[in-house]
Formats: sequence, structure tokens, C-alpha cells
Amino acid sequence: MQIRVKTLVNLLPLNKISYVSMVNVEENALIIGVKLENLNFVLNFLNNSIFFKAVVLTDIVCVDNLSSINRFSLIYCLRSVESNTKFYVYTTAKIDESVASSTNIFLSANWLEREIWDMYGVFFAEHPDLRRLLTDYGFDGHPLRKDFPLSGYVELRYDDEIKKILIEPLSLSQEFRYFDFTSPWDNQRQ
Amino acid sequence: MCLIKSKALLKEDYDYTFKNFWLNFGPQHPAAHGVLRLVLELSGEVIERADPHIGLLHRGTEKLIEYKTYLQALPYFDRLDYVSTMAQEHAYSLAVENLLDLKVPRRAQYIRVMFAEITRLLNHLLAITTHALDVGALTPFLWGFEEREKLMEFYERVSGARLHASYVRPGGVAYDLPLGLCDDLFKFVSQFANRINEIEELLTNNRVWKQRLVAIGKVSLKDALSFGFSGPMLRGSGCPWDLRKSNPYEIYNEMKFLIPVGINGDCYDRYLIRVEEMRQSLSILLQCLEKIPEGYVKTDDRKVSPPSRAMMKHSMESLIHHFKLYSEGFSVPVGETYTTIEAPKGEFGVYLKSDGSSRPYRCRIKAPGFLHLQALDFMSRGHLLADVVTIIGTQDIVFGEVDR
Repeated sequence: MQIRVKTLVNLLPLNKISYVSMVNVEENALIIGVKLENLNFVLNFLNNSIFFKAVVLTDIVCVDNLSSINRFSLIYCLRSVESNTKFYVYTTAKIDESVASSTNIFLSANWLEREIWDMYGVFFAEHPDLRRLLTDYGFDGHPLRKDFPLSGYVELRYDDEIKKILIEPLSLSQEFRYFDFTSPWDNQRQ
Repeated sequence: MCLIKSKALLKEDYDYTFKNFWLNFGPQHPAAHGVLRLVLELSGEVIERADPHIGLLHRGTEKLIEYKTYLQALPYFDRLDYVSTMAQEHAYSLAVENLLDLKVPRRAQYIRVMFAEITRLLNHLLAITTHALDVGALTPFLWGFEEREKLMEFYERVSGARLHASYVRPGGVAYDLPLGLCDDLFKFVSQFANRINEIEELLTNNRVWKQRLVAIGKVSLKDALSFGFSGPMLRGSGCPWDLRKSNPYEIYNEMKFLIPVGINGDCYDRYLIRVEEMRQSLSILLQCLEKIPEGYVKTDDRKVSPPSRAMMKHSMESLIHHFKLYSEGFSVPVGETYTTIEAPKGEFGVYLKSDGSSRPYRCRIKAPGFLHLQALDFMSRGHLLADVVTIIGTQDIVFGEVDR
């Protein structure tokens, strides 16, 4: 398996050397770093290339790096069923940058991108139907961002007198308790 | 006739624009498998477009996990796909072990595989029988749930809980098997093959069942791959893809089992695959029962797995370890992992990113049902309204994992 992955790596920079900023080989997996503007090109290449055949987009992971300028890192998890290889395509996006939608390449990208738009507010350009997916109708904010509080901003209740569901600012009877330990075990783990 | 004679036809008189009928299917409909709101655009009784509105069961699991220690995050995985609970605990535990670079004792691996297969039986029993119930056959449902009850008893005997077990933990499993469980499991396995036959007798050659399932919800292999299908949905379209075979984890590389593959990619093929997978699970269970070794069920790394109660009464070190593990939790070195397992519904993935503290920095849960439900629009177009129910059934949707 290792040999097969290594062969694949040799092919990648030969073809598209300027498009890929980082290539790393793990067991059964190929980790590729690309710039945001080259993302769709590389995804398309991996999908259509006869050597890679990464025809399945299994997942898109978004991580919020709050302190970094490149606020969001996106990981596209592709898989080739024929060669049993996984491809992790890493890219980063600033908070005001839009990512080119890959719905033209993979059918599964549609909801995965909608979820990231909903949860992180990463905008996917030319997405056919970029509505919110998981949050409530009329929800405000992007809940998985690190600066979004765990308890949210509003609470819902049913008012029996006016027979309506009311959305009100959150009031907590007890402040949210977050115990932040610094571990004395850290040095042993390294 | 007389109308036409009396008045010359103007363009407005016959140039109507038709608006299709829109139907809200769910969230209260029993065949919506929970809380699916499906907006259907109908032309007569034919589906023109299906727009699933999900998120009615969204609890923000991924966000909550960022605020919990690695051990406290484990029970959230039970509550995702609540009919195949231990499979998801398993995926999460494997992810944490990947980050910690931890080895699990062999006995624990066997117990995990045994319960992963019990979970597969539990899930497929529910999937097949509720599918039959939606299509109109009540009896398999009653019979199947009798068997599920027996299987959940095994859950209860090892963990104390019938559904949300929290049994598979990072570093092994929570407790050793109680005395006599393996004997009872053998008794169950030896009678269960007949129960599968009985369910098959009712369904497989049943005229009504075949009329409702054959050539419904066909997916070609190319589409199945592009939609990111996994599990029985992908195998139904003819791809022999099973992570237990292709990327074996635990002891699956020592087990002998076959992967059933469909030919037509329709609902009937997927039903047959689920039935055959139950038989293969039984075979894996028997092999496990035959080979299960004696030994520890948890890693002996005391920084990860808690000491036994008896040890705590004697050793000060153990008491400290216990206290620290259940208050602060264990720290995980900086790193990230994407771990996938073959859950009963398909590929279940956990992405964990650690910043070196005792809480995950990010936990992404990839649920197979999410991508399957996305294809509902594609699969139901051109079919009749009643076939939507069949297609939801064959996708084996559980909203705990779709909405997270």
C-alpha cells in the first residue's frame, strides 16, 4: 500500500507542481496543502486523474483558528475506492474570503458546504443553494465559531397568554461555569 | 363545440400556467423516521422535487464536545445514532487512541468487535423491520423487536444501560464481561439464524414487498460514489467497499466474513444486503466467541484509564489518579486525526483536533446518514409519493446522527 501511495505522490508534483504547496505521505493517505485559489483545480484534478481516481468526497472539515489571520482551515477528505487511498486536501480561508464551491465536482459537496456556511459563515461562491441547513429558520450567527458562546444569545419559550412562541434574550440564573485546569501531567505526556 | 363556435379563442383562454402541488411531509409523520420535514413538489402523485429540511433535532453536539473533557464527550456519541450506539463510541475511542498512540489489550479488542457486531444486528433489525412497517408489513417488526430486546439485554449486562451504554472507552472497555455472558451469547447466536430465516420467509419473496421495492430508488455506482454513499447504500450499487476489509481496525483482519454486494442498486438489493450482513455478523460473533482470550480489558496506562475500585482502597497513587481522571481528565498531545469505522449505516468518521489540553479543540462528526439524506431528492424524483416512504426506509435514516 505504501508503495502505491508513493507512486501517486511522484505523479502529483510532476503534473501540477505550482498548484500544491505541501505534500505529505501517511499510511494509506496523502495530505495535500493548496492555496485557496487553487482548491477547485486540485480537487478536479484528483477527481478526474486516472492515477488518483478520488471520486468520493466523504467529508469537509472546517476548523476555526480564532487567533490566526487565516481564520478557517478547511480539510476536504477525498477517497479513492479503487486504490484504497485517502486524500486530505488542506486549505485556509480568511474571514472575508469566499471559497469556490466544489458542487460541480462532487454531488456530496452541496450539503457539506451548506453546513459549513451555517456553522462557520464561510461563504461558498457559486453554490447553487446556499441556505442554512441545521439551525432554526431565522437563526442569527454562526454557532460553531469559537467566539460564539456555548449558551447562545436567545432562548425560546411558549407564552400561554398570547399563545405564541417568544424569542427573548438569554437569561441564566447561574453563570456558565468553565473550569480551566492547567495540567501538571503535561510534561509527562510529551 | 358550441363554445368554440360562439367565441373565437383568445390566447389567454387556453394558456394556463400550472403550479405544482406542494406537500409538507413530516415532521410528525411516523414514516419520516423522527423529525424530517420534507417539502415535496408534486405533479399529480409524482415527485418533482423533494427538499428535506433537517436540523429539528440539532443539539450542537460538536460545540458541546469542545467544552467537555475527552471522557465526558463519550456519551454524546451514544446519542447521535441512537440505534447503533456502541459503533459510534468505538469510532470516538479509536480516534482518541490514535491521538494518544495507545495500544488496547487483545481481550478488549475482541469485546469491542463482538459488541460492534451486536450493534450491527440491532441496527439492521430495526432498519429492515421498520422499513417493512412503513411499507405495510407489521409482523416482521414485532418479531424483530423481540430479538432486539434480547440483544439489548447483552448491552445491559455489560454496561448497565440498554441503549446509551458508554461501554467502549478510550483505552479499552469500561468493565469485563460478566460471568456466563459468552454462553448466553452463543445460545442467542445459535437460534438467531432461524429468526432471520423467518423474517426472510415473510418478506424476500413476498409479492407486495417486491412490488414496492424492486426498481425503486435506483442509484448507479457513479452517482453513489459522487454522492458519498457508504455502507449498504454503496454496496447496493455494486461496490464491494467495507472499511472492516479495506482498512481493518481492531481484529477484523483475523475474522473471516464476506461482503454482500448488490447488482441493481435498488431498494430491494439494499434490503437483501442488510439481511446478509446480519448473517455475516453472526459468523463474526461465533469466531470471536471461539477465540476470545483472557486478559485485561483496559490499558494499564493509569494516565488514561482509571484504576479498579479495589486498588483505590489500597493505593494512594490510584486514588489520586482516579480523582484527576474524573475531574480534569487526561491531556492529549497536540495533533489531529480523522478516524473512520464501518458503522452499521456506513462510514462513520470522527475528526479530532487536540491543542494539548484535556478538551478537544475541534470534534467533527461525519455521519453516514447525512450524505444519504442529501440524495433523497435525487432518488425520489419521478417516483410516486408512496415510494418516498420506501426510499427513506431504505436509507435507514436516524435523525440523531443527521442533525447532530
